[in-house]
Amino acid sequence: MAGAVEVQHTALTLTDHLPVLQVAIPFLAAPLIVLVGNRTFAWVLSFVASALALVISFLLLMAVYDGGYISYALGGWEPPWGIEYRVDAANALILFLISAIGTVVLPFAYPSVKAELKTTSHTLFYACYMLCFTGLLGVVVTGDAFNVFVFLEISSLSTYVLIAVGAERDKRALTAAYDYLIMGTIGATFFVIGIGFLYIATGTLNMADMSDRIADQGSNRAVRAGFAFIIVGMGLKVAMYPLHLWLPKAYTFAPSAVTIFLSATATKAAIYVLLRFMFTVYKPEFVFETNTSLLVFMPLAVIAMFSASFVAAFQVNFKRMLAYSSVAQVGYMLLGIALLNQTGLTATMVHMFNHGITKALLFMGAGAMFYYTGSAFYDKLGGLGRKMPITGACILIGGLSLIGVPGTAGFVSKWILVQAAFENGWWPVAIAIVLSSLLAVVYVWRAVEVLYLTPPAKNSTAKEAPLMMLIPMIILAGSCVYFGIFTDLPLGASETAANVLMNGTNGELLR
Amino acid sequence: MHYHHLILRVITKLLVGTIMLFAFYVQFHGDFSPGGGFQAGVIMAAAFILYGIVFGLYAVQVVFPPWLVHKVMALGVLIYAGVGVYSMMLGYAFLDYNAFDPGHPSHGQHNGILVIEFGVGVTVTGVMIAIYYAFAGRFPQISDEDW
Repeated sequence: MAGAVEVQHTALTLTDHLPVLQVAIPFLAAPLIVLVGNRTFAWVLSFVASALALVISFLLLMAVYDGGYISYALGGWEPPWGIEYRVDAANALILFLISAIGTVVLPFAYPSVKAELKTTSHTLFYACYMLCFTGLLGVVVTGDAFNVFVFLEISSLSTYVLIAVGAERDKRALTAAYDYLIMGTIGATFFVIGIGFLYIATGTLNMADMSDRIADQGSNRAVRAGFAFIIVGMGLKVAMYPLHLWLPKAYTFAPSAVTIFLSATATKAAIYVLLRFMFTVYKPEFVFETNTSLLVFMPLAVIAMFSASFVAAFQVNFKRMLAYSSVAQVGYMLLGIALLNQTGLTATMVHMFNHGITKALLFMGAGAMFYYTGSAFYDKLGGLGRKMPITGACILIGGLSLIGVPGTAGFVSKWILVQAAFENGWWPVAIAIVLSSLLAVVYVWRAVEVLYLTPPAKNSTAKEAPLMMLIPMIILAGSCVYFGIFTDLPLGASETAANVLMNGTNGELLR
Repeated sequence: MHYHHLILRVITKLLVGTIMLFAFYVQFHGDFSPGGGFQAGVIMAAAFILYGIVFGLYAVQVVFPPWLVHKVMALGVLIYAGVGVYSMMLGYAFLDYNAFDPGHPSHGQHNGILVIEFGVGVTVTGVMIAIYYAFAGRFPQISDEDW
């Protein structure tokens, strides 16, 4: 064996470690929770871990806000050989969204989980929550194609469990979780088959390296087949229109806290992966040549916008209505991708962020009412807006943002989306965006009518939600309005992100 | 009932220790011969599962109670992640095993992977046994009328 060698090593500082700490802190929290096995400790540790993740993601976002990227070599193995964590504006914004929602949901989860789950499962619930959180952050932060799959499975498996625990209140949660398990596994399998094709064709798993090598491949069939598999696989996770069937059930029967978290983060992380593969690994030119956007994304997005909104308008369950609305909103995000111009991608990015906070707020409102009524059906929610004035007001703000009323976050993203459609000269699409927003008015109005204009049940014991639920709702409602007026943070980051994705301009290596 | 399957029970008692020893061999010799944490974990769990099959779920759960299985599962993950934290504390990248022996990186890599694989082994043991407990301990939780 070789003798001792002088090795020069410059010690890394805490800031150098930020990309990995983003994932490692929640990841460490999960086994610690199980090991200690105390309910209160579990909640405190989850909250501390997700708050730290939020601080880290904010620091990362600020670092890459103006372009440039951060690369971190896991285990000291330099990319493209080792696993690389690579943060640029595109994923920093999603990291920020996921950790912000993860943090803000936890105070809400404390009373909500107490009411909905039996005490013995609280500890494991928080451990699972942390694993899901870790998985979603990992999917977004990593620059390694196979690592995406691994983290996707971590988040998916914990998600199935989190949905299934809803069975303590409603047995249908089991079939919902099972449906999602089957669909999600098919999606993940397709995705990994796609990566397999790419690995055959390029011999690398690092996304940046893969991208360079695909460019030399010409019209290699394996590369094209890989693209199709990745789009369909991720399409399932995204709940792209005909592949969305798992979503309404899962969101309806999962415990309230889980629904809030998933609705704001899970599909967003999947859309990010879709964007990353379409625009960084494959190039926009490839997407254009294969006509994917015109023949697949655009029609499916428009159908989703209308049909899911239409179905949402006929729902009699508040949570289920919001779930169908999520499918419609995913349509807007996919439409931004389909437009295949920089403004369109900006719209997708900013809509992911804005819809994330909006939908989290609305599901929180539903969860707060569920806390008292034990049901999200409209006939049980009658008049609750007047009995719970602050919750009602928050739902109203969320509803306005969902429609896209000026002054709320939802307006900003729809405005940019319409602009992007005009840029391409796709007039009918722009009109479709506006028309489908009118459908949103219908389903939001139905909820408002139930909450405010129906008399409350005689024996209703509902009162204003506890403070632990109110504070997160007020924070989210505030940010819905704040980001509708001061659009700098999400919009600026989205513009940089769209530039990174569309033009492949990585900027400089920051560290 | 206690005297049934005498041969089976005697042989099992003989085998359980050997299987565990073999698990440790596969675990710690994994860097020189085929093996490692995954295989070793499964073999270790097989010892408990064999004991459970022959002597009954109750007997094996006295030896390895379900609450401990949960802790063991978490402990292995923590050992794995702990290696990452340790190397980070010493100023190296997450999971950079060079940190174990900065003057002699190849030794560092060797020691690092041993600890990592030990973590994997511990978790896999726990998970395999947990799966066995989950299936073996299953009884219908809800009757048809309760749906």
